[in-house]
This record gives sequence, C-alpha cells and structure tokens, in this order.
Amino acid sequence: MSHAEDPHAPRLHGLVAEFDSPDALVAAGRRAVQEGYRELDAYTPFPIEALHEAMGFDRTRVPLVVLIGAIIGAVAGYGLQYWASTIAYPLNVGGRPLHSWPAFIVPTFETTVLFAALAAVFGMLALNRLPQPYHPIFNTPRFALASRDRFFLAIEARDPKFDLVATRRFLESFNPREVTEVEE
Amino acid sequence: MASASHPHPPADPPASKGAATPESAFIAPGHTFGTITDKISAIVLTRRTPVGWLLGFAIAFGLVMLFLMAVTWLLLKGTGIWGVNIPVGWGFAIINFVWWIGIGHAGTLISAILLLLHQHWRTSINRFAEAMTLFAVACAGMFPILHTGRPWLAYWLLPYPNSMGLWPQFRSPLIWDVFAVTTYATVSALFWFVGLVPDLATLRDRATSRATRTIYGVLALGWRGSARHWARYESAYLLLAGLATPLVLSVHTVVSFDFAISVLPGWHTTIFPPYFVAGAIYSGFAMVLTLAIPIRAAYGLKDFITLRHLDNMAKVMLATGLIVAYGYAMEAFIAWYSGNFFERFMYWNRLTGPYWPVFWALIATNIVIPQLLWLKKVRLNVPLLFGIALVINTGMWLERFVIVVTSLHRDFLPSSWGMYYPTMWDWFTYVGTIGLFVAMLFLFIRFLPMISIFEMRTLLPESKVKDSAHA
Repeated sequence: MSHAEDPHAPRLHGLVAEFDSPDALVAAGRRAVQEGYRELDAYTPFPIEALHEAMGFDRTRVPLVVLIGAIIGAVAGYGLQYWASTIAYPLNVGGRPLHSWPAFIVPTFETTVLFAALAAVFGMLALNRLPQPYHPIFNTPRFALASRDRFFLAIEARDPKFDLVATRRFLESFNPREVTEVEE
Repeated sequence: MASASHPHPPADPPASKGAATPESAFIAPGHTFGTITDKISAIVLTRRTPVGWLLGFAIAFGLVMLFLMAVTWLLLKGTGIWGVNIPVGWGFAIINFVWWIGIGHAGTLISAILLLLHQHWRTSINRFAEAMTLFAVACAGMFPILHTGRPWLAYWLLPYPNSMGLWPQFRSPLIWDVFAVTTYATVSALFWFVGLVPDLATLRDRATSRATRTIYGVLALGWRGSARHWARYESAYLLLAGLATPLVLSVHTVVSFDFAISVLPGWHTTIFPPYFVAGAIYSGFAMVLTLAIPIRAAYGLKDFITLRHLDNMAKVMLATGLIVAYGYAMEAFIAWYSGNFFERFMYWNRLTGPYWPVFWALIATNIVIPQLLWLKKVRLNVPLLFGIALVINTGMWLERFVIVVTSLHRDFLPSSWGMYYPTMWDWFTYVGTIGLFVAMLFLFIRFLPMISIFEMRTLLPESKVKDSAHA
C-alpha cells in the first residue's frame, strides 16, 4: 500500500460489495459505520435518504455555501446600485433622493438569488470534487449498473481498520452478489 | 434538510391497485429500476430516430430559417419594418416577450414548487417542462433585444464599467426586468443541468458507441452515484428549488411592473403582479399539455405520463384560469369603481372599441371555453384536452395583445390616438420563434433523457428502504 514498495504495482483501492436492493445496502452500510470503518462510500442509482443517515453523510456544508453566496449577492447587488446611483453617476431627477432604496430592492433580490444559485451548483460540485474524469471505483466489475439498478458498498484500503480477509468476511456476511478487490 | 427532498410513496402506490388503473396511477404497474432506465434511455441511445421526428424537425427548422430571415431584414432596415409606431410603440415585441416568458413559468413551477410541495406526479414531466422553460425564455429574450433597434449593443443594459462613464437607471422597471430575466434564465439552466447530471451518467454507462460514451461522459462530469455526493446533491437541488420558487414569482411580477409602474390607464393597476403570475402559470401548463400529449403518444410514454398527470395539469389550468378571470373582473370593476374617466373609457374602449373582436375572443378562449375542464370527462378526453390547451395558448397571447395594444392606442388625448397593425415581419418573427422553440425541443427529445430517470426510480415502491432502525 505504501508508495515506497513498488510504484508500478497496482495498488488496492478497496473491497466493493454489490447488492441487488437498497435494503441490503443500507443494512451493510449502517453496520460498517458501527464497526468503525470510516473510509467508505456507497454507490447507488438514486439518492437514498436512509443511507445518508445510516452512514452519517446527511450533514453537508452545501447550505452554508448557499447562505454565503446569498449574502455576497445581496451586498454586491445593493452596493452596486448604491454606488452607481449616488457616487458614480448621480442623476438629479426633480430633486428626488439619489439613494432611492425601494427601487433597488428588486435587482438586489435577483442578484441574491443568482449568487445563491451559483453557489449551490458550483459549491456542490466543488465539495464533491467534480468534475473528476477518473475514479478507481469505475474499475469495479458491472459498475455501469450503479447508474441503473445495482447498489455498491466500497470499503477503501486506506481505512485504518481495513483488512483484506476480515473486511471481505464482514462484507460477505450481508449476502452480496459479489465482493471484489478493486485496484487503483 | 435532505429529508424533505426525498420523494415519499405516492398516495396510492400503483402496486396496491393491482391491475392498471391508469386514471389514478403515476406510473404503470410492472416497472422495475431496470425497465425504467432502459425505456427512457433507449429513446436517446438505441431506438431509431422516428420519421415523425425528422419531419417535425424539418418543419421547425424551416421556421428557424424564416426567423433568421426576418431578423436579417430587421437588422438591415431597422424596427420600422414592424408595425410599431407612436402611440403603439410596444407591439408584437412586448406581446410575444410576455407570452414566452409566461410559458416558461410552468416549467419552474413544476420542477421547483411542486417538488417543495411533495407533488410526486411532477417527476415524469419536470425534465421536459424545465427544457420548455429554457427554450421559452430564449425565445422571449429575442424580442426585447431585437426591439432595442441595435441589438448588438444590448449589453449596454448590463451594469459594467465603460468608457462612457454611464450606469443603468436602476429605478426603471425595464432594468429590473433585465436582472429578473437574466437571473431566471441562468438559474433555470443551472437547475436543469444539475437535474441532468445523474441521468447523463446513466447514458454514459449505457452508451453503445465510443463517441456517445465520451460525449455523455464529459457532460456527466464523472458522476459515479456516490452516497456522499448524493447527499450534497439532494441538499443543493432542494435549495435550488427553494431559490427558484420566489424567483419565478418575481419574474412575472417584474414583467408586470413594466406596465404597472407606468401611468397609463389599463396598465397602472395594482392587481397586475398576481394576475400576471397566475396567467403565466396558466399559459405554461397549457403549453406543457400541448407538448406532453403528442410526445407521450409518439414515444409510447403513457406508462410514465399517465391520464392522472393530464388530469392534474388540467386542474391546475382550471384553477389558475379562474384567478385570471378574477383579474379581468377586478380590472373592469376598478375601472368603474375608481370613477376615473380615463380608466372607464379605457375599459369601454376594450369592450366596444376598434379592437373589440380581440377582446371578446380573449374572453371566449381564456375564460369561457376552459370552464369545460370542470368536467372529469373532458379532462380525461385526451384530444379534447389538447384542443383546450391550444385554445388557452391562444387566449393568453390575445390577453397580452389586449393589454399592450388597447391600452396604448387611445390614451388621454384623442389627438394622439392611433391604430396598430402588425406587419408580415411581425408575424414572421413571431412564427419564427415558435419554430426555434419547437426545433430546440426536438433536439432535446432526441439527445437528452426527456424524463428524469433517477427520479422515476424513486417512485417505485422498491426504492423505499424498509426497516431503517435495527441498531
């Protein structure tokens, strides 16, 4: 596993178990977390809320990123209008106030939504490290079915608790279709 | 947070009904994760392109050419080739802009608001309704940009540091509109693309040739269905829905401000924002039905877009149509109750003035005929429903004609009155954008999954994890 041994030998990514149903995957995932595995992931054709909860993935920083985006959008939108209308290009229309804030609310709302939405999408992608063209999990046999009707659980070799024999036995106790060793 | 976004079982899962009861089911019985995936992805990947597709695309593409011709002539000659002139400076350009933007609203309503309200029947129609939104907004954007007269300088509308030292007038509803529509277009595109990513990964994994695998692979951004990713994805998707919901309400509100903030009788009305939003959703659902009915027949998607979907959409049309009718009634009432001479004249002029046929056609198409939707028989009669949807599309266009033209053509001073007649270039431009809209939809149907595959999987009872509490 260490880089020193042989840089050209394929390294192990981890053990991947393939399941037919979300139920089996959720049961295995929950148990794996309880057993103390930390470097693990599940691969599913659709979001499974119970799985996110069972494996502790349900707390994300996406809402915080969106909030920050919204605040930047609001400040930038209002600030731009204030600066443009009172400092950069003041227009005296019948002595009306230059800082006519009610008129600025609509564009401020729009920039708030715009920045928040951009933060949601690009924040989510960045936290997910996407786009990522290559990932070892794609070496799993039949992994193409992870986007159709199969459910995979991967326990990665870098997990301190990972042991080729014990982890395989653990995964096989959930009656998967197959447990495979997947290389980097 | 993530919990709210995960679809729960529909009120009556199809399996519990036993045999197909298409009126009450969202998805026909007998489907599995695999069959849903195969059926939807096959339309893009393996099925032969239907002759009807080629024929329809050819016609639409011909209209796109007509549009380009009309625009070329416009650029050569200027907006004088259109029928607009003082007093009616806002002719087809604004009518069509408002009509197209309104059509887009149903897409966002279906994808965002119905998601937040746990209306799971939206799942099979949200993808192409969102596509419809994008294409409708693209068509809408053409009109004000072309109407500026020098569209190559349209970027002057945006606030950016420039050598002229000028900044936009942020107190003008027209600038608000620029912000609202560009934000709407951007957020709709993001929402649509984010929804597509997992399905693009499905297409990548099922592609039969290297080229398609590469193209869908690049577009899928390396999506691998990781549970960590899904958790963030669901959070982001739900937040986007939460952001798109007030956004879509704001867009037609701001569009209505273009009118309501002016002092012209017929435009200067506080009821405009809600009544514009209701009208937008009304016309949008009519357009969704106009598209969904032929698509489900042509591509054999009656398993996924069931009679229950059509029934629900018809009910939404009925409800929003009644709000629009209330808006008309209030316009008339306030015109009388205000005691304002010009308001009364404006309304009387709509009823009996030179444009009376348009007004009464509007009442017939937008209010009278849609009342047929009260009858369940009508809502479940697919050809008739298609006809009513077309009638409402027309009616909502006539509404914008009445608002724009009849208000402008006779204002306070009889000496400044005039008439507006669209020229053939107005018609070419309008019909051309319909061609553009249809052509883009045909391309979308051919190259992208028109129904969200991963969300359809979550509608199946098998997707619900039983026992989640053995610790």
